[in-house]
Amino acid sequence: MTFKRLPSRIEDGTLSRRGFLAASAAVGGGLMLSLSLPLGPGKAAQSREFVPNAFVRIGSDGKVVLTMPYVEMGQGTYTSIPMLIAEELQVSMQQLRLEHAPPDEKLYANPLLGVQATGNSNAMRGAWKPLREAGATARIMLIAAAARRWDVDANTCRAQDGEVIHTLTGRRLKYGELATEAAKMPAPGSVTLKSPEDFRLIGTPAKRLDAPAKVNGTALYGIDARPAGLKIATLAQSPVFGGRVKSVDDVAAKAIKGVRQIVRLDDAVAVVADHMWAAKKGLAALKVEWEAGPHAGLATDDIARELEQATLKSGAVAQNIGDVGKAMAGAATKVESTYQVPFLAHATMEPMNCTAHLRKDECEIWIGTQAVARVQAMAAKAAGLPPEKVIVHNHLIGGGFGRRLEADGAVRAVEIARQVDGPVKVVWTREEDIQHDMYRPYWYDRISAGLDAQGKPVAWSNRFAGSSVIARWLPPAYKDGLDPDSTEGAIDLVYDLPNFHVEFVRVEPPGIPTAFWRSVGPSHNVFVTESFIDELAAAAKQDAVAYRRALLDKSPRARAVLDLAAEKAGWGRTLPKGSGFGVSLQFVFGSFMALVAEVEVSKAGTVRVRRVVCAADIGTVINPDTVQAQIQGGITFGATAALYGEITLKNGRVLQSNFDTYQMLRIDDAPTIEVHIVKSSEPPGGMGETGTSAIVPAIANAIFAATGRRLRKMPVDASLLKQA
Amino acid sequence: MSFTIKVNGNSHSVDVDGDTPLLWVLRDVLAMTGTKFGCGMALCGACTVHIDGVATRSCTTTIDSIGKSQVTTIEGIGATPAGARIQKAWLDHEVVQCGYCQSGQIMSASALLASKPKPTDADIDEAMSGNICRCGTYMRIREAIKLAAQSHVKGG
Repeated sequence: MTFKRLPSRIEDGTLSRRGFLAASAAVGGGLMLSLSLPLGPGKAAQSREFVPNAFVRIGSDGKVVLTMPYVEMGQGTYTSIPMLIAEELQVSMQQLRLEHAPPDEKLYANPLLGVQATGNSNAMRGAWKPLREAGATARIMLIAAAARRWDVDANTCRAQDGEVIHTLTGRRLKYGELATEAAKMPAPGSVTLKSPEDFRLIGTPAKRLDAPAKVNGTALYGIDARPAGLKIATLAQSPVFGGRVKSVDDVAAKAIKGVRQIVRLDDAVAVVADHMWAAKKGLAALKVEWEAGPHAGLATDDIARELEQATLKSGAVAQNIGDVGKAMAGAATKVESTYQVPFLAHATMEPMNCTAHLRKDECEIWIGTQAVARVQAMAAKAAGLPPEKVIVHNHLIGGGFGRRLEADGAVRAVEIARQVDGPVKVVWTREEDIQHDMYRPYWYDRISAGLDAQGKPVAWSNRFAGSSVIARWLPPAYKDGLDPDSTEGAIDLVYDLPNFHVEFVRVEPPGIPTAFWRSVGPSHNVFVTESFIDELAAAAKQDAVAYRRALLDKSPRARAVLDLAAEKAGWGRTLPKGSGFGVSLQFVFGSFMALVAEVEVSKAGTVRVRRVVCAADIGTVINPDTVQAQIQGGITFGATAALYGEITLKNGRVLQSNFDTYQMLRIDDAPTIEVHIVKSSEPPGGMGETGTSAIVPAIANAIFAATGRRLRKMPVDASLLKQA
Repeated sequence: MSFTIKVNGNSHSVDVDGDTPLLWVLRDVLAMTGTKFGCGMALCGACTVHIDGVATRSCTTTIDSIGKSQVTTIEGIGATPAGARIQKAWLDHEVVQCGYCQSGQIMSASALLASKPKPTDADIDEAMSGNICRCGTYMRIREAIKLAAQSHVKGG
């Protein structure tokens, strides 16, 4: 999703520097929280500090503290964002200390999203210009301070490695020595950013700043918070969505050593204890009767049927080019298909958790969140306090994938904390985490195309039905029945399709909460469109790469990645029986990507993804090592979903519960992944989610090549591939 | 009841029920939060520690089963030769992403390296397939274990 229809808080992605300066002066840096940090404890703001904007603070002791507007959940922002600032500020990465940004949408909103959140693969896209400007502004003011001290022209000074140097005399002053004076310098009206050829950090592999703490056990995630006097709680929410607590017998639970308190809510119960084991035992000993509520009979098939029916009626037109009806009528061949993708849980390795301490007129929250301002707002509502009375301590995130864009966990923790004296850490068991997730929506697609006598697509029509996460999460971005996420990857295809029509029908499933899930809209749409174009190639009896290539005259960047992936994979090479190549091509999150997957299907129908070759054009690369890691990770995440991912419901309950029934790809099944990056000087595109959407159709297409079976419903069903 | 266990060379006395898993003793009683909770059923490996050098899931290891055994956690593994080499390889090869599973990955990998100085791919599959990583760092984990093994061969 690109949110291009969304009116940004700040036009064209440029943050107002003056706005920052005014705001920073107002808060004086004093409100910037010092949290538990990967690089050691942050230092409280000092009076003799240079705070040119909301991102940079330079103390008279020379310490350069950067406030991170985007969270670190593995995607490397705590390295790549500092690279942007350090590039212009002229400091080395080793000189930096990092702080998590506090909730403050005025200062830290993502300019592309309009809210303070890390998601949608757009941290780099949002940060690219403003964060370099933040560094440049600070540098110019430091240089101005030095020039005044020396009484020389600022143009004869330059900054390097945390010092200002007077070029003519070689005199030097460290940034720390200039901090007090720099704070008094006027902010430059505009700054000129470095040309790419002058980059010394951007584009070079930088070591992750968060890595050392993550290999010795000192990195702190939300689940590791331990404020003084802490109690631990675990909970059971109504097993049926929408159900309520009818009765609770807590006699046995209270008798368990370490159990302190039973908390009853309308639709959940929690056991508060000295430690998690006592809480778990207490929960197991509770006798809870539930009122199942309106969704007691709900099953996944009912939802699928409702969506199927919805695709028979018209929806909101997401894109229309040419005249599909006319072109379809004149087509030599017509191809029609339906596709389905399931509900998916996030299963972040760090189970959901939140620590809350509700006091008389304020609330303190410890959490790892992708959306700290949302947590603050929703926790405030649950606590009955104004947002400014809710202090949120953000942490490193043990897997986000969209799950931690939601604040439901913080709300729950506050509801429980209302009844507890002192801080309480609410920890979801894995079962609770999987059965009470907010799920990637189920989608159903009805798609058709007309081919001319040569097999070329002359008409393309696609109507799909499913939930709109945006309509709930960011209502202003849902307009006229459409949102930018649900349709990304279904419209604006790279292919030249002269008659093209796409409709979206919003249907919210009863009772089941839906949410963003790594690559969201594209995780569904790219599977459908790239599987379907493969079907068209097969119908035209043409090679899958050549067929796509012939439709790319107007998209040279897409053609380049397709050619590169095919070449590096050895596309066309004969593979052993039961093996096959599958290709996919996409332009989503502002990046072009082509994948070739090589799969092997056993006689029993089990699928093994042997090798994946990726070619991507993601615009300017900030940290090439992170790009490689993110694409490898995104592909693994998508392959897990394609092979295993499915949340199903029966009688209103989720049937999966832990990693035995909701399986993950493991190291012994993980493919080798090669990533080839096309050199580009375009602005950076997103890449945290691109691999996830691209791999699913590549696997399905490879299975088709290996077996002749077209899988139109995910995940892979081995029984359909079993050989008699 | 009271149990005395030895963790990273230090003795600790804790007053919990005998069926309390070591994981919760470490995290909630001893405040050693480097060992992570992932599943509670020995399915994901996030909670892996060493008991007398053997990689063990602490979420299903009860406190009353430990006796005089030596427990080593992520906080102490760097003091062992294999653990130090694995940690260094993890940093040199930039394995981590979100990092949450990596305590467990490093504990499993350290036990492997200590018992098999030159592990094959099959050895790595066997020792590491109990550890889930949602970020998909598997390729780098494999490569980093091999890197650590080479540093041993070289005497590094």
